[in-house]
Amino acid sequence: MSILEVTNITKKFGGLTANQDVTMNIEKGSITAVIGPNGAGKTTFFNMITGVYQPTSGDIRLEGKSLLGLKPDEVAKRGISRTFQNIRLFGEMSVIENVLVGMHTGLKTNLLGIFLNLPTTKKEELLAEKEAYRLLEHFDLAPFLNEKACNLSYGAQRKLEIARALATKPKLILLDEPAAGMNPAETRELTAIIKNMGQEFNVSVLLIEHDMKLVMEISEHIVVLDHGEKIAEGNPEEIRTNPKVIEAYLGSGAVQTV
Amino acid sequence: MKETLAKFLQYKWSQVILFTVFVAVSSAALFFSQKSVTAFLLLLSSLLILHYIKLKNVTKWIIALGLLFILIPFASSGGPAFQSYMDVATMVGIYVSMALGLNIVVGMAGLLDLGFVAFFAVGAYSYSIFATPQAANFMPFGTYPLGGESFWIFLIIGGVVAAIAGVLIGIPVLRVKGDYLAIVTLGFGEIIRILFNNADKPVNITGGAMGIASVTPPEIFGIPLIFPNQFYFVTLVILLFTIFTVLRLERSKLGRSWKAVRENEIAAQAMGIPLVKTKLLAFALGASFSGMMGVVFAAKQAFIDPTSFTLLESFTILVMVVLGGMGSVPGVILGAAVITILNLQVLTELATWVNQLSFGGVISIPEALSPAKMQKFIFGALLVAFALYRPKGLIPAKNKIFDEKKLKESSTHKDFKTTDQKKIQS
Repeated sequence: MSILEVTNITKKFGGLTANQDVTMNIEKGSITAVIGPNGAGKTTFFNMITGVYQPTSGDIRLEGKSLLGLKPDEVAKRGISRTFQNIRLFGEMSVIENVLVGMHTGLKTNLLGIFLNLPTTKKEELLAEKEAYRLLEHFDLAPFLNEKACNLSYGAQRKLEIARALATKPKLILLDEPAAGMNPAETRELTAIIKNMGQEFNVSVLLIEHDMKLVMEISEHIVVLDHGEKIAEGNPEEIRTNPKVIEAYLGSGAVQTV
Repeated sequence: MKETLAKFLQYKWSQVILFTVFVAVSSAALFFSQKSVTAFLLLLSSLLILHYIKLKNVTKWIIALGLLFILIPFASSGGPAFQSYMDVATMVGIYVSMALGLNIVVGMAGLLDLGFVAFFAVGAYSYSIFATPQAANFMPFGTYPLGGESFWIFLIIGGVVAAIAGVLIGIPVLRVKGDYLAIVTLGFGEIIRILFNNADKPVNITGGAMGIASVTPPEIFGIPLIFPNQFYFVTLVILLFTIFTVLRLERSKLGRSWKAVRENEIAAQAMGIPLVKTKLLAFALGASFSGMMGVVFAAKQAFIDPTSFTLLESFTILVMVVLGGMGSVPGVILGAAVITILNLQVLTELATWVNQLSFGGVISIPEALSPAKMQKFIFGALLVAFALYRPKGLIPAKNKIFDEKKLKESSTHKDFKTTDQKKIQS
């Protein structure tokens, strides 16, 4: 069963076509990767799924329901969460507060509850804090819970962003270059995290990544974009040997890992 | 010597003893002297010292309430300057409350609002129009002025009307960000003032540039409130309500989403926070505190006109927030108190002193250089100094500290461990 169906989406910025007729399906519980050279339209594709941009034409459906016309926060409420290529944490807030913001949509309390500090609000807040702490423990960030997010190391910030995205309890998580700027050890750790994510958090994963080793190791399905168009899709083995992909990419990373 | 003192001050009880001595001495000095601004300021500063004492929060609040409700009014009642002290304290209360409101907008939600005094004006006018015969000009029913008891209802009405004004201004204004937002809010602030200035034709609603005079004083149990010492208690109760609410908001889901919007709009939205709704709530709630204090201000002054709500007022409130520490509740309280006291008491006292000196022929200072006229200069100098040496304000904002032990107790970390182990085995 597919969780996300993207049909023929096109995005034009004036005369520039960033995405042309891209179609893809994401199977529930799978890890799918979108790869392609710089400027291939991968991030635009992500931005359309998350509601930052509206596609010029085409349709995006999450579990059969169209996401067209929804704002990013409404898309998030439907169950799509994301991380960003350039880390976008709430720098001045503490690590645990970052995760708590991710739980925003899950908290039901209203203004009255906040003013009167009703028992239900208190209980909900405490539960959320505990859950946030558990997420931090899972990502080995628990010792830094009261630290400002901007003081974390680069790798830890990347992990915190994933933890924050998971806090929204998404059905689908979009990771935009999660390994960018990480050292080999951190990348290895991250690979394990992403690999186990589907099972532990009951989430499907869609990621953009340039680290071919990581992509080939964890993805079940790969979509290749070039100049805004889908030029190939398939499992890692098929992509590795696809002449179109090698041509677009000079697939050095993919060839080496064979 | 220094070391022993520092060591001595580490202990809770030594701090408490010194604090008690300090409070006793300053209140005695205030009580027995004819007029001593220094003693009054020292007594007020005991609240700041209290903030830093190592005591439980509840104890601190009880002491603070005792100081504010009993000791300060009692100690300042000793001399003939009683009402002037109380007047200053009331103004401090009004400004602190407004600054706390602006702190929600600027400090927490990160929306630079340069027209904040507009909401204060909305609150002030909403009471003054109905508590004077002014309302009879355009209201087809009812008899005006309304009685002094209506003041208490108008506290709520003023807050609600200001909140509605906040939303109405917010809807068009919040389409723009950053510098543009500042300019547009500045424009709207002026528009509202000019609206009040000109709403005397064709129907006389606001009294125009003449303002509205002889606003009915509030009444409680048949006693009219006229004197500053009576308003002091009214202001104090509203101020405490404001502080209480703001603290609640800050630590809530809503406070977190404001900060998230301030830190990174795109990420906040991607986490499911609706931007427009969250920003409008900040505008509305911030404005409501200001509107409430507007009602108190109108009742206290018994006269209002558009000159009380100029751009300089908006800037003054913003200076309070920046100076105190953006987003920091104790900081903003201190900032507002410092600026108000500087304005109303220190500068005027200095001016009188300088005048006396020139009368006595000791020195001659031209009228143009009188300290009372240097308000803007001093604000400017203070802002420059703070931007350079203390950019986060007098008391910088702090994040809530979460107790790790409490969160760990019922943590189900084991579940994760078991899944980890399973993976290792498989």
